[in-house]
Amino acid sequence: MRTALIVLRKDLRLELRTLETVPAMVLLSLVTFVIFHFGLNRATIQGQLAAGVLTATLLFAAMLGINRLFVAEREQGGFDAFLLAPVDRSAMLLAKAAALFIFLAVLEVVAVPAFGLFLLGPSLGPPLPGLILVLALADLGLAVIGTLVSAIAVHTRARDLIGPVISLPLLIPALIATARAAGPLLAAHTSGSPPGKWLAILALYDVVFALLAYAVFDFLLED
Amino acid sequence: MLPPTYGKGLRGLSLATLATISAALALVFFYAPLDANQGFVQKIFYIHVPLAIVSLCGFIFGAVLAIGYLRTGDRKWDMRSYVAIHMSLIFGVGGLITGSIWAKASWGHWWVWNEPTLVSFLIVLLLFATYQPLRFSIEDPERQSRYASVFAIVAGAFVPLNFLAVRLAQQYVHPRVLTLTGGNLPGAMRLTFLVSLLGITLLFVTLWKYEMTTKNTRAQVRRLRRTLLGDDTIRPAGRSAAPL
Repeated sequence: MRTALIVLRKDLRLELRTLETVPAMVLLSLVTFVIFHFGLNRATIQGQLAAGVLTATLLFAAMLGINRLFVAEREQGGFDAFLLAPVDRSAMLLAKAAALFIFLAVLEVVAVPAFGLFLLGPSLGPPLPGLILVLALADLGLAVIGTLVSAIAVHTRARDLIGPVISLPLLIPALIATARAAGPLLAAHTSGSPPGKWLAILALYDVVFALLAYAVFDFLLED
Repeated sequence: MLPPTYGKGLRGLSLATLATISAALALVFFYAPLDANQGFVQKIFYIHVPLAIVSLCGFIFGAVLAIGYLRTGDRKWDMRSYVAIHMSLIFGVGGLITGSIWAKASWGHWWVWNEPTLVSFLIVLLLFATYQPLRFSIEDPERQSRYASVFAIVAGAFVPLNFLAVRLAQQYVHPRVLTLTGGNLPGAMRLTFLVSLLGITLLFVTLWKYEMTTKNTRAQVRRLRRTLLGDDTIRPAGRSAAPL
């Protein structure tokens, strides 16, 4: 646990000093909103369409973060140093997933209001608490699967290729649940509470893959 | 010491497969009744559904074998897992194509998005299609086996979850004529279906065993050549997705 905190602090400090990943993610999401505006040829969108646009945009932005997640470790020898240290290897999974989760949360703090401003027809106020819950669960899934896939992809020759190609199909069920849970929230007259069925599926998905990642992650760090 | 013999029991297995598939085809064409609504084209169901079921089970089988690799570190488990997934991919593509033909004939469209089984099958296939590129892009053979096993396990666990999520995402437009157990089929159809399922399963096992035998024998020949003729006569193995 302490190890995980140290690695997490290292990652956050690195990000604060270099500003490499999160600003790029934010920029990408803003540009994607503009592209969707012209692609759909709509001034405002709502309901399931809005949920789909938001989900796809956040997914693409998350891909950037997932691709960069282990690059520093790989290039600067952080993996070797971590393996030499007498610490539990699962700490790396925990730290990296937490870092990715924080990146995604920061991204959404900017991207969701921007979405409300640029594209969303109905006001963002009433559905906001429900939306935060849905996005938190979605981020958890993205963080866990992203970390797992990134750890696999970073050691392959075409890592920028292999990462997204594996993680996209793996994330589809989580994305279905996110989009379906957010759909009613972004409708014109929303009750403000997300559908319980989809929250449950999202939570189940998160739990199963967190356990799975915990079980197999050690094998990805062996050398 | 005698070298290990590969392909033991392969002849009997092949004959059993041949017999079962012939029996299944005979039942399909001469015994099973014509479907009242769909007519003759419904008979593709006896090939399509077993192909899809066997390929899904094959993916999960591959995941179980991959657990064997991570537990023991013995590369023959990785080889088994690789061959199982590789075969399942072929069976899966077959299932998808036959399903598409059936859909075109009975629903009028090559692809229907509101049929959850179809969509989840496609997603699973897309995921497992990345298995070979993943293997191919890792050069170190030991790391290739390890990472491929991790992928196989995660993807294997993904199969049931994915089916759950996609199924819940759709309202049923089409009546579910068939559940995985062949639920509400009339007797003659069910018998035919079960024989077909058995035949395709045997086909999978036979092909799996054939490929294992080929790969093992090839490795054995390489070893023997190296011992008898020296290292120079063996060309170094090229980069490959398959474990060696």
